[in-house]
Amino acid sequence: MTTDAMDTFRAEADALVESLEAALLKLKDAPDDRDLIDAVFRDLHTLKGSGAMFGRQDIASFIHSFETAFEDVRAGHVAVDDVLVNISLAARDHVAALLADPSAGEGRAILADLSEHLSRALVGAAPDWRLQFYLPSDTLALGGRPEIVLDELRALGAWEVTAHLDRLPPLAAMDPTQFYLGWSARLPGDTPEDAIRDVFLFHDTGLDLTLARSDEGEAFVAPALPGVDAVSEADKPAAAPSSLMRVPSERLDDLMDRVGELVIAESRLVELAARIGDPGLVSVAEDIQRLATAMRDTTMSVRMTPIGAISGRFRRLVHDLSDTLGKPIDFVTEGEETELDKTVVDRLTEPLLHIIRNAADHGLEPAETRLAAGKSPAGTVRLAASYSGAEVLIVIEDDGRGLDGPAIRARAVERGLLSEGADLTDDEVFALIFEPGFSTASEVTELSGRGVGMDVVRRTIEDLRGVIEVSSEPGHGTRVTLRLPLTLAIIDGLLVEVANERFVIPLAAVDEIVELPAEHATDESGNAFLDIRDTLVPFLRLRRLLSSTGEPDPHQKVIVVTSGDGRIGLVVDRIIGTNQTVIKQLSPLHAGLKTFSGATILGDGAVALILDVPQLVSKGQSVTEQGRHAA
Amino acid sequence: MNAISPTLSPPATGDVVTFALSGEVLAVPAACLREVIEPVAVTRVPGASAFVPGIINVRGSVVPLADLRIPLRATDAARTEGGKFLVLELTLGGQDTIVGVIADAVHEVTRIEAGDLETIPPVGTRWPAQYVASVGRWSGKFVTLPNLTAIFADYLAGHLGHGTPHATHTDAPHDAETR
Repeated sequence: MTTDAMDTFRAEADALVESLEAALLKLKDAPDDRDLIDAVFRDLHTLKGSGAMFGRQDIASFIHSFETAFEDVRAGHVAVDDVLVNISLAARDHVAALLADPSAGEGRAILADLSEHLSRALVGAAPDWRLQFYLPSDTLALGGRPEIVLDELRALGAWEVTAHLDRLPPLAAMDPTQFYLGWSARLPGDTPEDAIRDVFLFHDTGLDLTLARSDEGEAFVAPALPGVDAVSEADKPAAAPSSLMRVPSERLDDLMDRVGELVIAESRLVELAARIGDPGLVSVAEDIQRLATAMRDTTMSVRMTPIGAISGRFRRLVHDLSDTLGKPIDFVTEGEETELDKTVVDRLTEPLLHIIRNAADHGLEPAETRLAAGKSPAGTVRLAASYSGAEVLIVIEDDGRGLDGPAIRARAVERGLLSEGADLTDDEVFALIFEPGFSTASEVTELSGRGVGMDVVRRTIEDLRGVIEVSSEPGHGTRVTLRLPLTLAIIDGLLVEVANERFVIPLAAVDEIVELPAEHATDESGNAFLDIRDTLVPFLRLRRLLSSTGEPDPHQKVIVVTSGDGRIGLVVDRIIGTNQTVIKQLSPLHAGLKTFSGATILGDGAVALILDVPQLVSKGQSVTEQGRHAA
Repeated sequence: MNAISPTLSPPATGDVVTFALSGEVLAVPAACLREVIEPVAVTRVPGASAFVPGIINVRGSVVPLADLRIPLRATDAARTEGGKFLVLELTLGGQDTIVGVIADAVHEVTRIEAGDLETIPPVGTRWPAQYVASVGRWSGKFVTLPNLTAIFADYLAGHLGHGTPHATHTDAPHDAETR
């Protein structure tokens, strides 16, 4: 077995295990949902099949029992309940463990739980199967061997195996390469339907197969088993995933790097064409420019991953936390279809786990406390994602007790993170929970409260060039908002000049551009606000921020940028134009500089720094605060 | 004799690249040299320490440019026009990083035999002792092997230069190097 094939198996199995978990958790809330039951069954079945194919008999035989259990569920013999879901989740964990480490054991305890549960839940034995099939006419031409099919059926316990010769043409018309035979047989009722269908795995196309219970038309035709056709409908999605393709993410990274280089080469070409002025060259350069832009957009869209890809993990986490903590918790997700660059989504998992764990563990009160406070006994944790300009907002909200501002403040002072009597707004106080070494839990629980975690959250979000905001209302809950850039790869940029140096401002953050009024032209005016259509907008002189030298341009421009609720004007000398900006991360030697989110290479080969708009806006807000204090 | 900085683990042969900086001869292990390039336009990074004042474009990558005169406390007086940039591959904080280093001139790749290397004499040198791995002889001159690992580790820890790398930038005028 090649490593490549094993990798593919692992990747596929991991995805199946994850999808299985998601379906099980949903099934808990909707135990009668046939689609979900089918989905669980399909995942189990595929997992078993590919496990066996890749020599993982341990996985295949372990799953086999579960598949059988869900076969009963599917047939309506067993009802889904919490116990079954929990056992199944444990089984799913065991499969995940087996995938990671083949020596993880046989999981006998889980199987014992299962058979005990089933023996109680089983409402009756299934009637026998009646099977009739004609293999595809090209079976022999394709190297198929009907005798193997029959052997396999016999291994499943088939009896009354009868050949059907009714489709055999007269001798003269018979094509010896064609296959005309059919068979019928009976099979034990406890054989999983998919085990039977599996026998025909390699004869799928052109197969004429009828499979029904021997008492079809009586006991459970409807609604439990709405006929063979409906069942095979449910099987189809698993059989036809051909429109999707699984690609290692490194290849996407490579692709993105190439596109980045293409975009840089393209801007060199465009600049060169403009300089030479040859109409033919200019037109080719424009074509290349258009293609490069389309290429960039396509590549980026390939890399975009919905948040929903990771929210299944959180659903499971909340389910487990609810069990461990003995608190009923509803987990609500919104905007799961919101897409972010794959890198961002992958790196978000850990911080979100921390935040959700904290919300469930510390945020939500025990049911009795909630009832006493006049709330519903079950707490709610909400995970919502939405677009906001060039950013994605991710909100994690609970309806628990809220953050205790004075306690946080006291703790921060005790930990030396804050001087006593420091003047902070509520939100600033709440933000202290993300400081390294800070923890509000008076008791250290198994789950969280060790004071590690939240600083990891902040570090990861900052690495992703995101911003964290916390708000909280005592008794009503806490809301953590993560504001993240859509992508870390290529953006549309506005190229500006300050003191003959060029900088890039992400175009999506730009609101408008105005001329700097003459009265603000010099630094001496002191007033750091601009009146734009009766709104006061604070502004920063990039010249000063960037400690530039030389005289300012007589016609300075103000670029008004927004991030979240904040707006700020950035004063520059000159606007050069827009360009496609391939974001290059700054090295660790410059990573500490908050003013810049990265650098890019311009058409002439020079490097330009990219201004970090959220950072500048928050700087502007502190300027506003100071202005208010001064007033 | 602890001749060669163990942290940079140069090959046993002791192949080094010698280059001139502020009238001195310095050397770095040839193993970490990626290439030597002609000086290209340097983009100033406002707010950065004078040790890594700018960034450059090296074949499509954005690379920080370091000035060893700062940690080695060399004077700026001998700065020559022209010169070269050494492009080095270093491991900074556990991360492989490409770093450009300013040189007045690059001499050659040469072998400094272990016998020619001495640990830094306690007196009579203007280099800060912790930044020098060893001193050797080349063409009748003294060659200093800077301890790049120590220099960059100190910088990343905020012990080097007037601006710590993690200092937040403020509106207040500061002493960042300007072109």
